[in-house]
Amino acid sequence: MAEVLHPVARYRDLAWLWIRAEVSYPTSFAMLVVGSMLINALDFVGIAIMFSSIDSLGGFGLREIALLYGATGIGIGVADTLIGSVERIGEFVRTGRLDQMLTKPVPLLVQVCADRFTLRRLGRITQATAVLVWALPVVDWTLSRVLVAAVMVLSASALFFGLFVLFSCVQFWTTDASEFANAFTYGGNTLTQYPLTVFPRELAIALTIVLPIAFVNWYPCLYLLGRSDPFGLPEWLQFCSPLAAAVVVAAALLVWRTGVRRYTSTGS
Amino acid sequence: MLYVAVATRAFRRYSTYRAATLAGIFTNSVFGIIYSFAYIALWRANPSAGGYDSSDAVTYVWLGQALLMTVALWGGGTTDDLAERVRTGDVAIDLYRPVGLVGWYLAADLGRAAYHFVTRGLAPTVIGVLLFHISLPDSPAAAAGFLLSIPLAVVVSFGLRFLVACTAFWLLDATGARTLSGALAIFFSGMALPLVLFPGWLGTLAESLPWAAMIQVPNDIWLGRHTGADLLGALAFQVMWAAVLLGCCRLVLALATRKVVVQGG
Repeated sequence: MAEVLHPVARYRDLAWLWIRAEVSYPTSFAMLVVGSMLINALDFVGIAIMFSSIDSLGGFGLREIALLYGATGIGIGVADTLIGSVERIGEFVRTGRLDQMLTKPVPLLVQVCADRFTLRRLGRITQATAVLVWALPVVDWTLSRVLVAAVMVLSASALFFGLFVLFSCVQFWTTDASEFANAFTYGGNTLTQYPLTVFPRELAIALTIVLPIAFVNWYPCLYLLGRSDPFGLPEWLQFCSPLAAAVVVAAALLVWRTGVRRYTSTGS
Repeated sequence: MLYVAVATRAFRRYSTYRAATLAGIFTNSVFGIIYSFAYIALWRANPSAGGYDSSDAVTYVWLGQALLMTVALWGGGTTDDLAERVRTGDVAIDLYRPVGLVGWYLAADLGRAAYHFVTRGLAPTVIGVLLFHISLPDSPAAAAGFLLSIPLAVVVSFGLRFLVACTAFWLLDATGARTLSGALAIFFSGMALPLVLFPGWLGTLAESLPWAAMIQVPNDIWLGRHTGADLLGALAFQVMWAAVLLGCCRLVLALATRKVVVQGG
């Protein structure tokens, strides 16, 4: 048991150090939190403004879209908080900081994820939660729907965590291509803010079986809303989010290991 | 000419990161595709929303992706270097150069913008033409007006970013102000959603703020929504905000250098 808890405890210790460092510039910290909340609040205001010109987008009303939005927002918010500096792993390779980290008795992924841990990302989680709460009345709640909703939020967080790690690993090969990952992480977040019905059928299927981003919120939300699948895909997919999350996280850990093994020091 | 030399070197400095440029173009294109489908759905539900048609809307998406880095909407560019130099105290060296600080950093930022325009501006536009058949300017005046409006958009953006970087003189760390300013820029420039969709007073307000000069105005010129005297008016709007903001930059810099103690011994 201690073996298992060791990395979690180290993560907590390292994250705590970064929190203390962060609040030592209080004005800037406050602006960062407000800024982060504002970015995300304005993001949803943008979608709400769309609805001053239309009644439904891809057959979905504003509250139904708010449900999708809240779920994916919490997912990426939690993942973004947990991954720390994973997105900047290329910089560690370039500057040689990775060498230092490899000599320390804490797993590399734990160190990188705890590095620059920041509370300002709570702004995003708070805003997404508020949108989700506003959307709750659109669902006809039953016990099974409450369960699916809870599992959806957990799976979405795990899925985005996996995507962040998986695509950041590209930087083990090309150190300055950090932005490549954004297409899948932030791109995945933007895409899942809309109902999949706005996209072509081929894309929806690719997002189910090739890169399972549709499991972040789309399939569980179809269940919550009691809708049949608009693309005529099987109903059991609506319960497969945890499976998709597990596959993505496993793939991410595998690629991470391959990347670290492949890593050769810059030697400087 | 000194400023040209500064701009050329900034251009070359940014052009060293080839993989970063390719990754950025890829990401811009993915976002372009996502927003294109979302807007196609929106304009299917209301074919004349905001006075655009579906083709205008999709063109708007790709132009936005093309301008995103050129006008450094999220922040970034040479003003980030300035903020960092204020934090470390290196700005003291900049202040006793025999060149104005604003002009120096503006020249460098225009060099950066030129690089981003020919790479991260051009590539998404071509991809937009290939994938979504976006419309091209239908008159030489619109094309010329668009090309003129880009440097003006960069200067307006620079003015705002310079002011944000100057907050470091007082706060030491400008990243908070930068995040806040980036959020406002994304929303009020028309990047998040074309300002023509903003209802009532919010639309009027948004179209008169400086951020509109960064995305909405150049895009509307490309789309041929400003012609004749109206086109000159649109460019004059950009010139006005560029002048006002550069004036503010000089003022704030004068205040900062009078009051501030530079960090580091």
